Amino acid sequence: MINRILHSTEGRLAIITLAVFTTMAILVPDRFLSSANLTSMAFQFPEFAILALAVAVAMLTGGIDLSVVGAANLSAVVAALFMNHFAGEGTGTGLLLAAIVLALSVGLMAGLFNGVLVANFGLPPILATLGTGLIYTGLAIAMTGGSAVMGMPPAVAWVGNGTLLGIPVPLVIFAILAAVVGWALKYTAFGLKTRMFGANPLAARYAAMDTERVLIKVYALCGTLSAIAGLIVMSRANSAKADYGSSYLLLAVLIAVLGGVNPYGGYGRIIGVVLAVLSMQFLSSGLNLLQVTNFAREMIWGILLIAVMLINLVSFRRKP
Amino acid sequence: MPSDAQNAPLVTLEAVTKRYAAITALDSVNLTIRAGEAVCLAGENGSGKSTLIKVLVGVEQPSGGRVLFDGVPQTRLTPTAATAAGVQVIFQDFSLFPNLSVAENIAMTAERATGTVMVRNARAHARAAEMLARVGVELDLDARVERLPVAHKQLVAICRALAADARLIIMDEPTTALTEREVARLLDLIRTLKADGVAVLFVSHKLAEVLEVCETVVVLRNGEKVAEGPASEFDSASLTRAMTGRDVATAPPAPLDPASPALLKVEGLGRAGAFEDVSLTLHSGEILGVAGLLGSGRTSFAKALFGLACPDRGRVTLDGTDVPLGDPIAAAASGIGYVPEDRLTEGLFLEQSIAHNIAVGRFDTHTQNGVLNLGNLWSEAADWLKRLSVKAPDPTAPVRSLSGGNQQRVVLARWMARQPRVLILNGPSVGVDVGSKAEIHGIMADLAAGGLGIIVISDDLPELLSTCHRILVMKEGRITEEVTGGAKVSEADLSHRLAS
Repeated sequence: MINRILHSTEGRLAIITLAVFTTMAILVPDRFLSSANLTSMAFQFPEFAILALAVAVAMLTGGIDLSVVGAANLSAVVAALFMNHFAGEGTGTGLLLAAIVLALSVGLMAGLFNGVLVANFGLPPILATLGTGLIYTGLAIAMTGGSAVMGMPPAVAWVGNGTLLGIPVPLVIFAILAAVVGWALKYTAFGLKTRMFGANPLAARYAAMDTERVLIKVYALCGTLSAIAGLIVMSRANSAKADYGSSYLLLAVLIAVLGGVNPYGGYGRIIGVVLAVLSMQFLSSGLNLLQVTNFAREMIWGILLIAVMLINLVSFRRKP
Repeated sequence: MPSDAQNAPLVTLEAVTKRYAAITALDSVNLTIRAGEAVCLAGENGSGKSTLIKVLVGVEQPSGGRVLFDGVPQTRLTPTAATAAGVQVIFQDFSLFPNLSVAENIAMTAERATGTVMVRNARAHARAAEMLARVGVELDLDARVERLPVAHKQLVAICRALAADARLIIMDEPTTALTEREVARLLDLIRTLKADGVAVLFVSHKLAEVLEVCETVVVLRNGEKVAEGPASEFDSASLTRAMTGRDVATAPPAPLDPASPALLKVEGLGRAGAFEDVSLTLHSGEILGVAGLLGSGRTSFAKALFGLACPDRGRVTLDGTDVPLGDPIAAAASGIGYVPEDRLTEGLFLEQSIAHNIAVGRFDTHTQNGVLNLGNLWSEAADWLKRLSVKAPDPTAPVRSLSGGNQQRVVLARWMARQPRVLILNGPSVGVDVGSKAEIHGIMADLAAGGLGIIVISDDLPELLSTCHRILVMKEGRITEEVTGGAKVSEADLSHRLAS
């Protein structure tokens, strides 16, 4: 039993997550385990966790989406400008719903554009999305002149700061998204095709799989997820700006790899991504409470990433 | 020519065993090669030849037994140690740098091995010229390698091995892409090398043509050494018998009903640089062979039929309806299936389950209201495994765990489940053991009897002769003649037509 846990990437990750949590709970028990800290963590991680979900899905195909933060900010800026323009009296719930639909469409379009570049034109995903990420950020800057867009109706605050049955709304959103994406990867034709394509793109083509459509759908999904993350950031900051969350891109990639998604495609489970998100959040909150500087924190993230990849490598090698 | 018995062995394998998980690729194989000696290592695909090369050059570590160079046991052999001992491999694709010149290709590895930091062109030239003189051939030192014909590329590869002070040159399938004249020239060169004290190990499944320059023949089958002896004691037939473990009966296929309707028509199909003006008609129930050397355009043609490469001109019709060119999805939709040559990279998703490998490409038909019917998918897979008598524990196991023959049946099942009208099989029995091979031929015959049209692309001539109604000979991208299958043509005759 223990052997089996140790031999699966997710099993090892669960142990690491537990170990980080326990270590922090022992080092700073009163503050780490305080309900204030736990709640604050639950509000913090969903935004980058959703971006990590997007990166993980792209990585399953052997690609990557580096434009997630750009797409998130562009979606949020468009939504914010829209609400800012039409804001009137009242809570503005209707306006918010319209803005959400708008933001999701922007994210979807951004993702479709990535998908067309990768699937139809065959550009390497890493370069295509690096370029489009800059385009999306550039568009957001052009729309806002680089400053933050404020003046949104009060209803917006609920998305990022509200609670539902005592659970933070961002956490609820993330939980639903993770469950849906995880389910779709396992129980739909799209999910199975995504994993098969990632495992061997050439064989997928030789098996007459509609690989281009699968890729376009994958990147469209990434774009839409990014838009959702953008909306949460917007609500928590009560503003939208072209360069919010710029450190999230590397964090999202890191979490996807940490979560056991094979960067060459074909393997990855959403539960692993969720565990990786949690361990990163525990680590980062704990280090914060221990008053470790931000610079050291990033270095520790890097060490963690390399260490986990090495452990995975060793265990893969042991497999004959 | 007898080898000097006083010579100490250059390379010795002692009871070398190599296991990959449950599969024993090499089972206690002994082999000795002396300086100036040529040895034939014969065996079918999957018999363990490549594994033996990998062990010999230090890419794979043996699970048991040991490797000795000059009588010295090598405890942990690395590619560097093997190179230092003078072992050089020339792979089938020669592993040359196509964008570099002849001189650079020949001198490059040697320059690196001496530890020189800077590339010195003059020295590279001198070294390359020296090597070419040694084998007695003339090539333009400044020509880019990608522009050379195959036989010249092989010369460059041999010179490169010599430049790296090779004492044993292992040649993997050296003759598959050569015409008869080029083979004869290669044999002359091998004689020169042997006189020079260089040992040669030929590794191939078509060895009859190199027998005359070899001293010893070693035959592998299923990882075991099944025969060994002086080359003079072997001929083509006895080699085949040793490799396959039985006489391969060339029973002709059941005759084709002359009234059977034309199914697939190819008219004037061409693709620049690959093949030209290919026309053929495939009848319902017919098995049509396409034979050609490596590089004859046979694989490009097969891929073009399935839309994997877009032809420049010509048309393909199935039952009188045009098949869209250059689109595998459209080709599959119109009823064409393609079983690729390289099962491991083009055919299978190795880590994925057997069931997924069978259902891939048809996931949409297993979907109900947007959700996959997994039960349906598993049971269908189990059904196919039973129909094609695949010995598999269960359809959820990764396809990697199956033997070559069973893997090939999984790829066949994938296409049979789509109920195609025409099936293109590129090397249907490559890397498949003898028993499975016969069964796969049986499956092919059954499919044809059911009205399917089958095109078989292969360089396994006995296979083509025993399964095909007609065989088209392809040379330099063109179909040069048509041969009736069955016993009317001998293997040697067909081989001569391909390579002359």
